[in-house]
Amino acid sequence: MPLGYFLGLSAVMFTIGILGVILRRNALVVFMSLELMFNAANLVFVTFASYYQVLTGQIFVFFVMAVAAAEVAVGLALMVAIFRTKRTIDIDLMSSLKG
Amino acid sequence: MPVIGIIFYGFLAIVAVGSALGMLINRNAIYSALFLVLNFATVAVLYLALGAPFIALSQITVYTGAIMVLFLFVITLLGAEKLPGYEPIKGQRLIGIGLAVVFLAELALFFFFRNQTTGPVPFVGAEFASPQNIGLLMFTEYLLPFEVVAFILLSATVGAIMLTKPDRKVSTKLSQQQD
Repeated sequence: MPLGYFLGLSAVMFTIGILGVILRRNALVVFMSLELMFNAANLVFVTFASYYQVLTGQIFVFFVMAVAAAEVAVGLALMVAIFRTKRTIDIDLMSSLKG
Repeated sequence: MPVIGIIFYGFLAIVAVGSALGMLINRNAIYSALFLVLNFATVAVLYLALGAPFIALSQITVYTGAIMVLFLFVITLLGAEKLPGYEPIKGQRLIGIGLAVVFLAELALFFFFRNQTTGPVPFVGAEFASPQNIGLLMFTEYLLPFEVVAFILLSATVGAIMLTKPDRKVSTKLSQQQD
């Protein structure tokens, strides 16, 4: 399979993730879009690991997965804490710092 | 490339992009999460096709097994499937989609005009990325990052517990002082 197939697929998935961060108001969906972007980056890592026959890319994908799991745990705890005080997770309404 | 290979990769690409778009468009956060599970599973199949079985199974267990279940749990816990709908900033959608198209065009231009020919991704054997080889590399050359990741996971767990802990102690202390 040509290299461009994997790179193009990853680019499209990354762009959809960016669109999710820009367009959606639900903070949980914004988090899911972040996961989608991690996934697109991981796909490029694995592609080039196979392309250059170097295993380091796959090791790095494993570390990215572990750090993403930690990030999701802290992020969702933050969501729950914000929901307790503001009673919503609409990111348009989280504007307490706005002057 | 035989026809069946083209059909296989084309099907995977359509499912991956379609499920990502479904996650983006769907108004219900639960359906978004389920579309994302489908996307992660499709990418895991792509990892298998790229000769990375360990990463593919880690993807299934960590992403679709652990992270998305956590997401679904928090969505149902907060009852935040749907937000009351109102219009976002005027023109935000159009500008966002336009910027996304510009970004994709930039990436395509970079790929086509960088004066470097790329061959096809070679087919790697089962020995290349076997769990044994990955384990050997991870516990010898990458031992320090492995330990650091373990510490990051521990601190994230402690942080999540601390963030969601109800602060009951302060109120009890205050009530004791008032008594």
